[in-house]
Amino acid sequence: MSNESRSRKVLAIVAVLIAGGALTFLAMGGIGENLVYYWSPSELKEAGEGARGATVRLGGLVAPGSIERGDDGLALRFAVTDGTETVAVTASTVPPAMFREGIGVVLEGELAGDGTFHTERLMVKHDNEYRAPEEEDGRSMEDLVKSLQLENG
Amino acid sequence: MIERLKWHHFVGLLGLAIVVAGTWIGLFVAPAERHMGDVMRIMYVHVPSAWSALLCFTFVFVAAVASLWTSRKRWDAYMTGGIEVGCVLTALLLVQGSIWARATWGVWWDWDVRLTTSLVMLLLFCGVLALRSFIEEANRRATWSAIAAIVAFVDVPLVYFCVRWWRSLHQIQSSPETVNSAMVLPLRLNAVAFLLIAIWMIAIRARIELARLQAEDAPEPEPLAIEER
Repeated sequence: MSNESRSRKVLAIVAVLIAGGALTFLAMGGIGENLVYYWSPSELKEAGEGARGATVRLGGLVAPGSIERGDDGLALRFAVTDGTETVAVTASTVPPAMFREGIGVVLEGELAGDGTFHTERLMVKHDNEYRAPEEEDGRSMEDLVKSLQLENG
Repeated sequence: MIERLKWHHFVGLLGLAIVVAGTWIGLFVAPAERHMGDVMRIMYVHVPSAWSALLCFTFVFVAAVASLWTSRKRWDAYMTGGIEVGCVLTALLLVQGSIWARATWGVWWDWDVRLTTSLVMLLLFCGVLALRSFIEEANRRATWSAIAAIVAFVDVPLVYFCVRWWRSLHQIQSSPETVNSAMVLPLRLNAVAFLLIAIWMIAIRARIELARLQAEDAPEPEPLAIEER
């Protein structure tokens, strides 16, 4: 066996070990705890004053019966819930067509002094359910909260 | 004619036939989605693009290790074919996803973990191709592009698992339980078809690359002797 082909085999082993180590670190290293894509209403309330004044993402379900549209068609008020805590939201943006009660949303915005969350970027978080029009959605609020995958880091 | 048709052409033609059937069923037979309507039908190409791109890059990882282990040009050529086809599929994936996102989420893009890792996957493997084109000497090029491909592969399992490990805007993987049964068939057909077409493309591309690598090694042809009178 030539020196060159032996050193190439060593490089193969080293490269695979580095790749495996990097992947293990990313999977187990608790990166998720420092890098949270959005906060749930409970986490936002828990952060309290610490959340004020900074741009954060709030994720949750649009609480049933909470959607109010202003007369001018622009002002939009609703509440976001994770089944435990609820945060009142004012949005100054046109929501996507999918926006409705009980759907997941991720909102980018700020928590105001009066405890309402103001957003200008409203994103609908669709879950992995795909159904035909005639199918009933028999899922309870708990099932819908589960679909938010809040237990993920 | 028949002896000219190599096995990979049969694979490719079968893939093309299935993608026509799968797409037709997806567009005209399967129902529209309850809330998303017709735009959800983009799933029948989006999900197969994702699956086949991830499988392409998994094959690239295997080919890169085999290339380093055996020092055979064939594996270097397969690796290159796999990266190129995987990059095309990932680019398609990002464009389809962006269109679907605008219609359902309301935004073209967000720095969500699934979207970010997918974009990083495209950039990393484009980087491997760029590195490849910078190295002149064949052995060094095979060695370093294989090492780069193995390191780039780290991102591939992240693309798949990130939505299960971390919070994201992107939904987690569907299963037959979360998808209407009439939608499962076109999804499966197109997944198989995309995979067959990807295999076809990789086989064609690897043959071209292997011929190029062998031509590099061939001695310079003797200049034609010009008879002097």
